This record gives sequence, structure tokens and C-alpha cells, in this order.
Amino acid sequence: MPATAPQGVGQLRGAEPFPDAARRALADPHLRRNLRHATATIRAKSAAVIAEVPDWEQLRAAGSAIKSDVLARLPELLEQVESRVTAAGGVVHWAADATEANRIVTELVAATGSDRVIKVKSMATQEIGLNEALESAGITPVETDLAELIVQLGEDRPSHILVPAIHRNRAEIREIFLRAMPGADPALTDEPVVLAAAARRYLRQTFLTTPVAVSGANFAVAETGTLAVVESEGNGRMCLTLPETLITVMGVEKVVPTWRDLEVFLQLLPRASTGERMNPYTSMWTGVTPGDGPQAFHLVLLDNGRSAVLADEVGRQALHCIRCSACLNVCPVYERTGGHAYGSVYPGPIGAVLSPQLTGIADNASLPYASTLCGACYDACPVKINIPDLLVHLRDQAPHPRAEATAMAAAAYTMDHPALYAAAQRAARSGRLLGRRGRGLPPPLDGWTASRDLPEPPAESFREWWSKR
Amino acid sequence: MVVEAVSGRDVVLGRLRAAIGESGAGIPVLRDYRREGAVDLDLLVDRLTDYRARVHRVPETTVAETIADLLPASATVVVPPGLPSAWLPATVTVLPDDGLDNARIAAADGVVTAAAVAVAETGTVVLDGSPDQGRRVLSLLPDLHICVVRAAQVVAGVPAALARLTPHRPLTWISGPSATSDIELHRVEGVHGPRTLHVILLP
Repeated sequence: MPATAPQGVGQLRGAEPFPDAARRALADPHLRRNLRHATATIRAKSAAVIAEVPDWEQLRAAGSAIKSDVLARLPELLEQVESRVTAAGGVVHWAADATEANRIVTELVAATGSDRVIKVKSMATQEIGLNEALESAGITPVETDLAELIVQLGEDRPSHILVPAIHRNRAEIREIFLRAMPGADPALTDEPVVLAAAARRYLRQTFLTTPVAVSGANFAVAETGTLAVVESEGNGRMCLTLPETLITVMGVEKVVPTWRDLEVFLQLLPRASTGERMNPYTSMWTGVTPGDGPQAFHLVLLDNGRSAVLADEVGRQALHCIRCSACLNVCPVYERTGGHAYGSVYPGPIGAVLSPQLTGIADNASLPYASTLCGACYDACPVKINIPDLLVHLRDQAPHPRAEATAMAAAAYTMDHPALYAAAQRAARSGRLLGRRGRGLPPPLDGWTASRDLPEPPAESFREWWSKR
Repeated sequence: MVVEAVSGRDVVLGRLRAAIGESGAGIPVLRDYRREGAVDLDLLVDRLTDYRARVHRVPETTVAETIADLLPASATVVVPPGLPSAWLPATVTVLPDDGLDNARIAAADGVVTAAAVAVAETGTVVLDGSPDQGRRVLSLLPDLHICVVRAAQVVAGVPAALARLTPHRPLTWISGPSATSDIELHRVEGVHGPRTLHVILLP
């Protein structure tokens, strides 16, 4: 039963392997400067507010345990969400993959008669390519998060889970607004406060006149049917409050069993993510409330490869992810390549383990290698996903380059045969005399040493030294 | 469409059941983190101020006076239907929410609400749609929000706040004014929600 995310729809696969895309990004000093500034700033903020919490490790352990519990009994919890949301006046839909989710949302929007939807920033809807699907049905999706708006107006792709326009500086943003924002003031400066005010003016009328909104969800409580969205700007509140119809698309793993479980995640998420004690706004709603907010609520529960991830007992912990992006901000590889190189809406360390599992390893075979295995991501993860372990696990499943496989097989044979091993050591020493020390291997093995230093062979091996004693 | 939705349900649940196999038993969660704590009003004030909310600690008898000082004379203020009328100064024009349309709410100079809970450790006030807090839209569209919090509503941390709240009400957790850091991580107040948040803390 093929349960991975289907090809040809959504944004989980890059057009080229990571090393090729990364090489281009590395050649852009401007991008690297923007990224270094941004990741260093968030790291410092996050470390400061985490240090204020004396029980951070206990919260991490509880968050991890709750997520393991959720995955162990996911079908039962989803059925509970369905019955609670339905009892509260909502309608629940189930989407096996991106194609089905896009069709469900498009039909729901079409049924309202609106040709426009306002959107809250949502990884799930980016993953399934909802905007493209809506556009091809003649419906205009308007991104209302400032960074997503910058990306949308710039006809660009997001490069970070939390700060999608992290790769753009203020001068670039000003140019995008002048070029693509209807009614932008030609006297616009590049001050962040001026740019934010321009976005406020541009979006206000759209908020007030669009009858349908699409959001994601950070959490859904099985026990009560309550959905939660955390945000900063208030664009989320606008979308969740003003329209008549609200459609929420949520990955199945976002469910938590009890109301009380939110006490763990509402402490972990903001501090790990934006480096705040609490994000400026959190909205929670259960079905519909007469006289307050949308009077029609639809919840779309999305699989799109998650059942394939769940089927791998080692790999499934990638579904613990609460999309905080802390692993991106500490990753030396992400900091230099940026998010586009990963080719998926999920960049950085979590993307390197989540995307190949959602699509099937063959479609994202280079991603488990997009890491130094330094382990910083594991330390930073508020729900303790062992990303280095997962990377190694996935490398084992990925197809290996032929030269590397041949070399490794030869090395294994040599190490099994003492005489051959001694001869190999003598041969390595002659390489030292030939002046190749600290450099790369010759082709076809240079793929291995292109990004690694070859250790310098010693003048005398241990065996030679020992035999002289 | 209904028929398709049902089949999607069977497919998704079938795949998930196949993926977890026969196990499916729950996993215990150790909750040895802090769930209660001493309420520290000074900490609440410090955290709210750090979030660029403006805090006023006054006795209940002077709420109207305090609000009068925050708003220009003849300002228009939206209020939820159950707000204590004694809190409102005679200097402002009061628009009680009896189903006001969005345009009128957006055009108002400010809104005054009560709160359900406040969280000291995070500098958060929570509105739950009670009559003295009103519909969610009231605290969203006007550019200035004055929120009156009683000391008895303040809790130490997030766990205590959730324990006091009712999940079936629409809840809005507010920590400082609307803010974005999307441009070079430079914090800017007021993108879409109120640009100014005043918290009046009563003893």
C-alpha cells in the first residue's frame, strides 16, 4: 500500500539534489550574511528565555512522552477529535494525500461562492501546494503573515519554517512591495516599521471583506475538540475571527490527548521557536460559537505520507515535530545554505529527516547527507527528536553512490585481512611522500573528500611501532 | 462529496492502524514539571512591560479616571455588553456592542475589556468571551486595547491558567501588543492587531 506523499503535487521534493542547490547558495555572500545575522539573533533570544525556566528538561521529557503517546494511539485520538469537533458544530474531512486535501478545500471554498481566501501561515497548506491548487480553480489565496506576504509578492519560496523571508533584507523587501503590492506608496522607505504599516494598510480591507479563511493548526485537543493557533501579528486572529467560513488543514500528528497537555507545549513552543516567553497571540476555538467568529468550521485531517513515517519505528519520532524551527537556527549546514537548498517546505535538520520519509527515500536521497551529524539539533529540539540518529538510520536506507559503495566494500575486505591491511598502510604512507597529505582522494573517490579532510597518514603505523618493541 | 469524505476517512484510519500494528497501548507521561507556584504581581508587571504593554496599578475606584487619562476627550470606545459601567469615564463616547458591524468597530479609537485570567510568568492576559470581554473581534480591530485585570485573576504560570479556563469558550491569549519580527528580526509593534495595549491591574 503506497502511503507516501504523491509526486507532482505539493512542495516536498526539490528540482535538484541538495549538494547542487547548496553549492549555488554558498556562492551568495549576501544570503549567508542575512542568514548568519538571523540565526544568531534567534539563538541568543531563545537561550535567554529557556534559561529562565528551571524545569525545561522536565518539560522537554513530558513533551516527548506526550508525542510518543499520541503516535501510539493516533487512530483512536483522531476519532475522538472528529466526534468532539462534530458535536461542537464543525465538519471533519479526511484527506489521504495532497491531491485529496486540495480538492476538499477547493470544493469547500467554491461552495461559499467566494473567489478569494485569506490564509494564515501554515506549513501543511504549503506542503500540499494548496495555493497553486486554488489558483488553478480560479480562487485567489492571499497570504496574510507579513513574511509569507513578502514571499508571495516576490514570487519566491519560503526559506525558514518560522521566518519564511529570512533570506531577504529590508532593501529587498521594499523593492518587492513597490513592484508587487497594489497601492504601495512610491515614497515607501525601508524602515521595518514603515514596511509593516504598508502591509497593514494593504491587508486591512481584504480581511474585512473576504468571507473564507484557510488556516493550519498547532494543536488539536482530542478530549475537547479544541484547535489552537499561535502567532504574533494578529493576522491569524483576523482570519480566524472575521470570515463566515473557516477551513483548517492539519497534519494528523498535531493532535494532543488532553486539554492539560497544552500546558507543556505552550511553554515549549514559544521559547524554542521565537525566543519569547509567549507569542503575542494564541487563539483557541472549539467548533463554532454562536454570535462570535466563523459560523461554519471545517477541519481537514491530512495524512500525505505521515502513515508511512509512522510505520517506521525509528523514523516515526520525526512526527513529534511541533514546527518550532529551533533545529534550523542551530544547524551549521542550514546557516550556510539557507532553506531553499533542501528543496522542501521543511528545511534544515528536521526537513532532512521528515521530507525523505514523507516522499519515500528515493525522492529525497541526498537530504539525510545534508548534515555534519554534530548533534546541535538534538540538543535544541524541545521535544527531543534524535535527529542525528534518524539521519544515520535514513542514510542506511538511501541508495549510496556507486564509488562510495565500492570503496567501502574494499575497505571492509582489507580490514579483514591483516597482510592486506599492513600493505594498505604502507601504500598510504607513500601518498604522504607524494605530497597529497591533507588533500582529497583521486577520482572517483574524491566525492568523499570534497567536503572532508583526508587524515594525514602517520610516518609509522602502530603495528610497525609495536613490532619493533 | 460526503461519500468521498467517508472513503478518505477509511483510507487514512486504515493506513494509520496498519502503521502502528497491534501495539496501540498508551505511553505514560511523567509530569514532574512545575504545575503550581506563588503568584507574583510584580513579575506580571515586569513581563507585561517587557512586552511593551503599558501597565497601570490603580484601585478600582479610579479606573474611569485612569482610562480618561489614556484617551483624548471625545474618543470613541467600544465596550462589551457586560463591562462595569463605573469603569468608563464621562469624557469618552461609549459604543456598547449590540452587534456592531466590523466597520464601526474598526473605526473606534479603542476598546475596553475585562479579562478571564492573567499569567505572571509569561506576561499574558486571556480573554474568554464572557459578557465583560465580549466577542473576539472587539479586541482585534481597534488600534488601542485597554484590558482591566483583577489581582485575583492572576496565576503563576501556564498550567494554572489552563486549569482555570473553559476549553469550549473561544479563547484569545494576548502577550503584549501585536508584533512582527519578519523584517531582519527587527521587532515592530502593531501589524494587524492593536498597536497599543494598556493593562489596568486592580488590587
